[in-house]
This record gives sequence, structure tokens and C-alpha cells, in this order.
Amino acid sequence: MLLRYRGSEGMLAWAFHRVSGVAIWAFILLHVFDIWLVGVNPDLYNELLSVYASPIGRVVESLLGAALLYHALNGMRVIIMDFWPSMTRYHKQIWYVNWVLFAVIGLPILVQIMAPAFGLAAPFTFGGQ
Amino acid sequence: MAPRVTRTGTVRPQGGGWELAIWYLMRLTGLGLFVTALAHFIIVHFIYDPSLQTAKWITDERWGNIAWRTVDWLMLTFVVFHAFMGLRSVVQDYTKGGTRTVLTMALYLGAFVVFAMGTIAVATLNFPVKP
Repeated sequence: MLLRYRGSEGMLAWAFHRVSGVAIWAFILLHVFDIWLVGVNPDLYNELLSVYASPIGRVVESLLGAALLYHALNGMRVIIMDFWPSMTRYHKQIWYVNWVLFAVIGLPILVQIMAPAFGLAAPFTFGGQ
Repeated sequence: MAPRVTRTGTVRPQGGGWELAIWYLMRLTGLGLFVTALAHFIIVHFIYDPSLQTAKWITDERWGNIAWRTVDWLMLTFVVFHAFMGLRSVVQDYTKGGTRTVLTMALYLGAFVVFAMGTIAVATLNFPVKP
């Protein structure tokens, strides 16, 4: 199904939704496990954290963020079409608006995540430490 | 008139029952995750750098009060349902017969294990000892 490519926006939107969903599911398995470690083996958790905070870890986090943001925005598109079927007429336009939102929301977050990996910023905290 | 074909997602099941309930719950938990999961990602990747989030930081700061633990447990509830039922849709699209049954049961078991591990983590981690 995924590989029988028809090439329209609706098909692409669906395929990206499925791939990002499965990727996020896989991360949830890892993430619940690492948080479980905080209680039972904090040292191992801290070791895992240094992998997450490494430059490669930051690239993977950025990809995770992209999957999450796409899935969230396209999920809203699905809900709009499911509950207001007349909006299905504009499914392509909603998808394009989603990509604009994806860039506007995603780029600042991408910069914030990746900057420490390039030595462009100290590990940040807006919340005080 | 509702169109016969939706452009993405699963077509609303006809005739009620469990499948319709799951269909609605996928959308409801999706809305819940739009708020909780995106906020969570912004907090732990935009507001606080991951390198600061040691086990001590989680105990003392992030999960230092019961309100945040409640929010995160709610997010866990949403995500376990949404993620595993989403995978169930994928399994139903690509498999049939015995394979489908086995994989679906494995998903239900996996969902239970992940929900239990997450609940144990959020409920049993010690609160910080305030001086």
C-alpha cells in the first residue's frame, strides 16, 4: 500500500502520516524505557542521556521533532476532514498550510536543538537552573 | 453529502460498536496529544536543553510536583492508546488471518507493558526532599 505510489498530495500526506506514526511509536517504546530507568538505574539513565545530548543524538531528536510536528499537523487535517467533510474539497490547501506551519514552528526549534552541537550556544535553559 | 472516500486516515466505521468507539478515541487522544506531546517536546527540547535533564533534574525539577506527574501520566495514557491502536491499523492493512491475530495480540500485550512501566515510573519515583 505504502509503495503503490500514486503521487498526489493526499497519498503523500497519508504515507508521511503512516511513516512518522510508526517512527514515533518506536521512540515511545525507548522513551518509556529510559524514563523507567530514572527510578531503577539512574546511572544508566544518565549514560543514555549523554547519547541523547551528543551531536548525533541531536540530529535524531530533530528528526523525531519533525515526525511529531508533521503527524500532529496532518492529524488536525484528518480531523477537520472527518468532522467537516465539505473541507475535503480543500485537502491540498490544508496540506500546504501545514507545511508553512511546519517550517515556521519547526525552524526555531531546530536551531535551538542543533546550536549546542556546533558550539554555537551553551546548553540553554529559559527556565532557570 | 459526506464523501465516500476520505483523503487520509481511516474511514469512520459504520454501525457503531467497538470499532466506532476506537475511531472516535483515536481522534480524541490525537487532540489530547496535540496539546500534551507538542508541549512536552517544546519543554524538553526548546526550553530546557536535553544535556541538563539528568536523573536528579527529573526527580527534583521536572517531576518535583504532582501536577506535572499528572499531566505526564495523562499523556502516557493518550499515547499508549493512540500509538498502539495506530500500529493495529497498520497491522490490519498489511496482514490477515493468523499473522494478524498474533501481531494484534502482541500489540495489546506490548501496550499493557509500556503502560505499566510508565505508570510505575511516574508513580514510584521519589519526590525531592525539601530542606
